[in-house]
Amino acid sequence: MTDSGITTNVIDKGQGLADMFINMGPQHPATHGVFRMELALDSELIVDATPHIGYLHRGSEKLFEHEIYSQIITLFDRLDYISNFNNELGLVMAVEKLMDLEVPDRAEYIRVILCELNRIASHLIFIGTFALDMGALTPSLYNFRDREKILTLFEATSGARMMHNFFRVGGVKQDVIKEFPAQVATLLDELEAGIDDADKMLSLGEVFVERTRGIGVIDGDVALDWGVSGATLRASGVPYDVRVEDPYSVYDRFDFGVPVGSAGDCWDRYYLRVLEARESIKIIRQALEQMEPGPIQTKVRAIARPPKGEVYVHAENPRGDFGVYLVSEGAESPYRLKVRPPSFCNLMALRDLLVGHYIADSVVILGSLDIVLGEVDR
Amino acid sequence: MNEFNWTYVGVAVLGLFGLFSFLATVVLSLTWYERKMLARIQMRSGPSRVGPHGLLQPIADVFKLVTKEDIRPTNSSGLLFWSAPLIVFVSAFLVWLTVPFADGAVVAPQELGLLYIVAISTVGIVGLLLAGYTSSSKYSVLGGIRAAAQLVSYEIPIIVVVLAIAVLVQSLDLRDVILGNEVTIGERVLSFDGQGAIPFAFIMPLGLIVFILAGLAELGRTPFDIHHAESEVVGGPFLEYSGAHWAVFFLAEYINTFVIAALTVLLFFGGWSWPSPPESVFGTALEEWQTDALGVGWFLFKTYMVVGLFFWFRGTYPRLRIDQLMAFGWKSLIPLSFVNFILMSIVIFYEWPLWVMTAFSVPILVLGLYIGSRRTARLADPTTVQMYRRARREDGGNKLIPEGSGD
Amino acid sequence: MPFEIDIGADLDEVVCRAPASHIDEIASILKSDERTSFKYLRLLCVVDYEEEEAAFDVVYHLYSLEHQHKMVLKARILAADPRLPTVTTVWRGADWYEREMHDLFGVEFLGHPDLRTLILPDGFEGFPGRKSFPLHDYDEF
Repeated sequence: MTDSGITTNVIDKGQGLADMFINMGPQHPATHGVFRMELALDSELIVDATPHIGYLHRGSEKLFEHEIYSQIITLFDRLDYISNFNNELGLVMAVEKLMDLEVPDRAEYIRVILCELNRIASHLIFIGTFALDMGALTPSLYNFRDREKILTLFEATSGARMMHNFFRVGGVKQDVIKEFPAQVATLLDELEAGIDDADKMLSLGEVFVERTRGIGVIDGDVALDWGVSGATLRASGVPYDVRVEDPYSVYDRFDFGVPVGSAGDCWDRYYLRVLEARESIKIIRQALEQMEPGPIQTKVRAIARPPKGEVYVHAENPRGDFGVYLVSEGAESPYRLKVRPPSFCNLMALRDLLVGHYIADSVVILGSLDIVLGEVDR
Repeated sequence: MNEFNWTYVGVAVLGLFGLFSFLATVVLSLTWYERKMLARIQMRSGPSRVGPHGLLQPIADVFKLVTKEDIRPTNSSGLLFWSAPLIVFVSAFLVWLTVPFADGAVVAPQELGLLYIVAISTVGIVGLLLAGYTSSSKYSVLGGIRAAAQLVSYEIPIIVVVLAIAVLVQSLDLRDVILGNEVTIGERVLSFDGQGAIPFAFIMPLGLIVFILAGLAELGRTPFDIHHAESEVVGGPFLEYSGAHWAVFFLAEYINTFVIAALTVLLFFGGWSWPSPPESVFGTALEEWQTDALGVGWFLFKTYMVVGLFFWFRGTYPRLRIDQLMAFGWKSLIPLSFVNFILMSIVIFYEWPLWVMTAFSVPILVLGLYIGSRRTARLADPTTVQMYRRARREDGGNKLIPEGSGD
Repeated sequence: MPFEIDIGADLDEVVCRAPASHIDEIASILKSDERTSFKYLRLLCVVDYEEEEAAFDVVYHLYSLEHQHKMVLKARILAADPRLPTVTTVWRGADWYEREMHDLFGVEFLGHPDLRTLILPDGFEGFPGRKSFPLHDYDEF
């Protein structure tokens, strides 16, 4: 992992004596949600870090047991509230696998296009807020402008900018409008230009590189042990992407690359996501070509009752490996529905990442993990 | 020595009051300018509702700040707490007494103008330390000490560059920096040119770059504004101030910004006189006060351009960490400023023509930029991230292999 | 040394039931053995069968990146005495899962370094994840 020759910027990973305790409280401009972190400092150096979560706990998993599946789709939207379509996909895949349903092709392609657009939107937010944490004010506004275009398209498709409630067990709720392919094609060109803008503004700038290179390095094996997934794991050199490893939906029909880093630091995690957004554009283009007219939902009862059994499915969310474990007793509500949120696992590794760095790096490292508290707390 | 008489005091008070009003107006316009410029860089429209094009926005801001409640931490001593912003403001304000806006338009001309400026601006650091100390939280104390360390470190390149200018002109008077100077050494009369013909930016480009960067760090502006951001985490020195007292800090910061920009224009871009002084353009067609006014206008225009450059930096760069900031100051700017000073002294001592100085400075500047970009390129090596493609495994599954490695 | 392990299948998963008291040793073997090499703990979950069978099922989903195979490991513990050894010594990533299960279900993981509340507010009484805990009619504290 360090054979790239880049030495870390960590001064001393030993156990210094803590003489100051700082609380990055639940209300904080830089913690990406309600999240509390206690830092024990030895003047400027972080000696120990304790994350505290649970401020956004809404008892989702208990609620799932009392709602029918079509209602649970709305709850899944709100887990990782930035990549809504990806969450919905996890749930409907779990139920479909248990019921052994075959989803029509057109619905699969629509799902893939929407999920990949959501991935691009999520990564745009990441780039913007990551730069904002470091004081670069401009990239976030450029990226939010591009994300607006995506959200307008979502609104035309599903009726809502963010909490869509669009996927259904067996397909999608309704077909896309007939201008959809043309609109998406224009949007993709604009997004390409937008991602290039963001890349040019930040990636190789002197100050940005100074702030992110060699910061927050984690070894690939250690990260795997913590259960880290997604771009954070790939930046440390482990080539694990669920879309390739265990293809779901129609991802095995597309030709796309997966960027993998080797330095395991914040810059690699950032740059990976820029490249991933570009690859998503490629996937969407291929999906538009391959998509053909057809039905968009298989015949299934209005209230789905999966047979008795249990199933685990996972998908590649923008944040990582999103898993859904469904235990069904044949009723219209699940017996146990557990969500495996990628941000939850990525956040476990935070202490390892922070110890030995300066306090100003804590914000950068936390930003590079790209967590969303909605799915950490559920 | 002037006799003490009340007319003198009255005139001085009027002059100070006029200067204060002028500066307050300038600061108001700068807040509007900054917000509009940042907004345009970020593709927004900025203040646009309060008054035409948002021109009355600064007045609304001032009104809001002044009517806010004044909060003081219980554990801090009242007198020290309230006096910290005043110290910062007064030292920023006093610098303006010697700044010549045009030939003859100076509030209090000083022969030791440059020395006076660097000395007075250092007093502001004391105010900053006091602000950190009297806010009763230990985080503010540390934040204040850190901010003071930053300011003190970056005073050194500023002082050394100012010394180089003084060597070039053989005088510490700001008017001589613009108009030139004559020095008698024994029997010889040496005359040193002002900036009428060639601004010192062309003679001392290294000094210009060092001065601008050190000035940005003095002001605590991006990319050196870590003490603003630290207040989110640790507690900068300004954390406990609210309302009108924070407005005084705010005022002082913008006055300082304008001072650094004005000094850049005076020391390097010829003040009001380059490319040519208004007198020579309009000759006897105008009265003296009119050429003075034109000179002031031209000087202010150039200063606003330089301030615009500072705002442009703010909209573009992220901020450096405190140790990177200090490393940059001590390891890069201070050596460069000393090199600049020594070269200038050599050129003046041997009475070489001034383009020799340019010939020395430009390669050093280019070398410095080259070394910096090499370091960035080495760090920002994008090949640490490789693209992997899907390939088939022996047992039928998929795996990821690096692109280009055939299978 | 031999453990009684019940190997079954469910849809496309290999489901193994193991004795709860030795779950950490079994997990350690599964991780270190070359043939299994389950280095990635995907999910650690507790399913509440309190009403029907007076027991909890602790479910571990394991994955191996090298061999690309997966497994489900289940351990049954009694509702009256819900304790079993922790697997944080095997996979560090089990840490917060176990804390969360302790919060929501009251399962105690013996040997866990720090079993404080994770997602519930401090001082919350009761175990809301259990089926016996009502969805609506409980006292707000």
